[in-house]
Amino acid sequence: MSSTPHRWRRQPFIANPWLRWTLIAGVLTYLGWALATLPFDWQRIGEGLPRAVRIFGGGLPPDFDRYQLLLDGFKESFQIALLATLLGVLLSIPFAVMAARNIVPRPVYLVGRAIIIVARSFHPVIVAILFVKAVGFGPLAGILTLTLYSIGFVGKLLAEEIEEIDWGQVEAMRAVGAGYLSTLLYAVFPQILPRQIGLSMYQLDSNLRASAVVGIVGAGGIGSTLMNAFGRYDYDFAFAILLVIIAVILVSEGVSGWVRKRVW
Amino acid sequence: MLEISQLVKRYGHDEPVLKGLDLSVEGNSVVSIVGASGAGKSTLLRCINRLIEPTSGSIKLNGTELSTLKGQALRNARRRIGMVFQGFNLIDRLTVMENVLAGRLGYVTFLQAWRRRFPQEDIERAFQLMERVGIAQYANKRADELSGGERQRVGVVRALMQEPDILLADEPTASLDPVTSEQIMKLMRSLASELSLPVLINIHNVAQARAYTERIVGLRHGRLIFDGPPERFDKAALDQVYGGIEAPDESMAPTPAEENV
Repeated sequence: MSSTPHRWRRQPFIANPWLRWTLIAGVLTYLGWALATLPFDWQRIGEGLPRAVRIFGGGLPPDFDRYQLLLDGFKESFQIALLATLLGVLLSIPFAVMAARNIVPRPVYLVGRAIIIVARSFHPVIVAILFVKAVGFGPLAGILTLTLYSIGFVGKLLAEEIEEIDWGQVEAMRAVGAGYLSTLLYAVFPQILPRQIGLSMYQLDSNLRASAVVGIVGAGGIGSTLMNAFGRYDYDFAFAILLVIIAVILVSEGVSGWVRKRVW
Repeated sequence: MLEISQLVKRYGHDEPVLKGLDLSVEGNSVVSIVGASGAGKSTLLRCINRLIEPTSGSIKLNGTELSTLKGQALRNARRRIGMVFQGFNLIDRLTVMENVLAGRLGYVTFLQAWRRRFPQEDIERAFQLMERVGIAQYANKRADELSGGERQRVGVVRALMQEPDILLADEPTASLDPVTSEQIMKLMRSLASELSLPVLINIHNVAQARAYTERIVGLRHGRLIFDGPPERFDKAALDQVYGGIEAPDESMAPTPAEENV
């Protein structure tokens, strides 16, 4: 038996010690600098805290008296979310096919990718501002915004799913002499169907959430109701709206999770 | 009749996978193609139905030159060439019947394919063939619920639905257990004679090649180095085909029953 015991330590994540310590020092320096230079007005923050307490205090107890307004807002939000999800999910299919490297020629792929990148590059709120300017206040702006958002998100993930399909099935369909569309229909779509359903459910969920946000900039739905309540200092009504939004999101998450689990 | 002459397949600037291969298959003979991994067996089969583009050479099926076809003409030629795959390549999420009818996709319109409205005679043929190979009771089951042997039967039926002039089988038994793979080999041999269909089988299992086929073709490094009846495929030929590369999957067992798998 040898006298010296074996020694072992976990290998560091970055093997080069010089690089490792430079990175750590760099990150710390930047953090210090950023905190030191950003204009934090501590006095204003101090004044703001009691104000925040007052707002929350004003929200208690939540006021459900104007439930009719609340219901109308939610009805519109649901309509916006449902329509946008349906449109977005349907339209995302052709764009996803275009953006899948393995099943289209390179020029088509580049166009498809470009469309998806553009659709994804702006946050829905920015898109909503643009659409509100273009088509005016109201639910149409919300629907257009969330449709575009859905195309970008679902299209991208679906395209990645298409790029990972089992190629043997495509080969088999080519071997029987099937045309391009028939090959898509039999060899590609069945393979991405579970993912498509899961994404649609997730997107409905996410559009419902986002419809509240884009409403704040005037694109209709419960977001507009919420914004009006804040504008009129109806904190108790605003608080009621917030509570209902949380409840609705919880329910929709539960439902979408359940549906996704059922699709095998 | 299939006539291949001077077939070359080269990927980029690498050494060719197939180096001027000549092969002709007449009548309804069952031919097995043996050779080590990388010898070019799969490439050869895939060049025939153009899943892989040949670099040069000629492939004629019943007088039609396949190597230059494009678009619709290529698809029309492919529907007369059935193919059975090692990994079955079934559409897992569709039913057995849909998989079988997929063999007709070269003949029906997109709308028919979409709505699953296949002509009555296709459905008749599907049931006949499924009954013949013993999978008719699974018609409405999902393809991924079947066992390996059953799945390969679906694969064979799908290929036969095409009413092919020739059947290509790329290691059809390599994913199956020994007993099932014997069954599939027997099935393909008897179907070939019932339908008087020439069959080309890529196979790793030399014992099965000897037992179930009438002619053995040996490939090595993209060249045809043996062509003859199983009786002539002796120890010397085996060494020629596999020697120094890797041991063949099976020993030179005289009967398949004695395989030591």
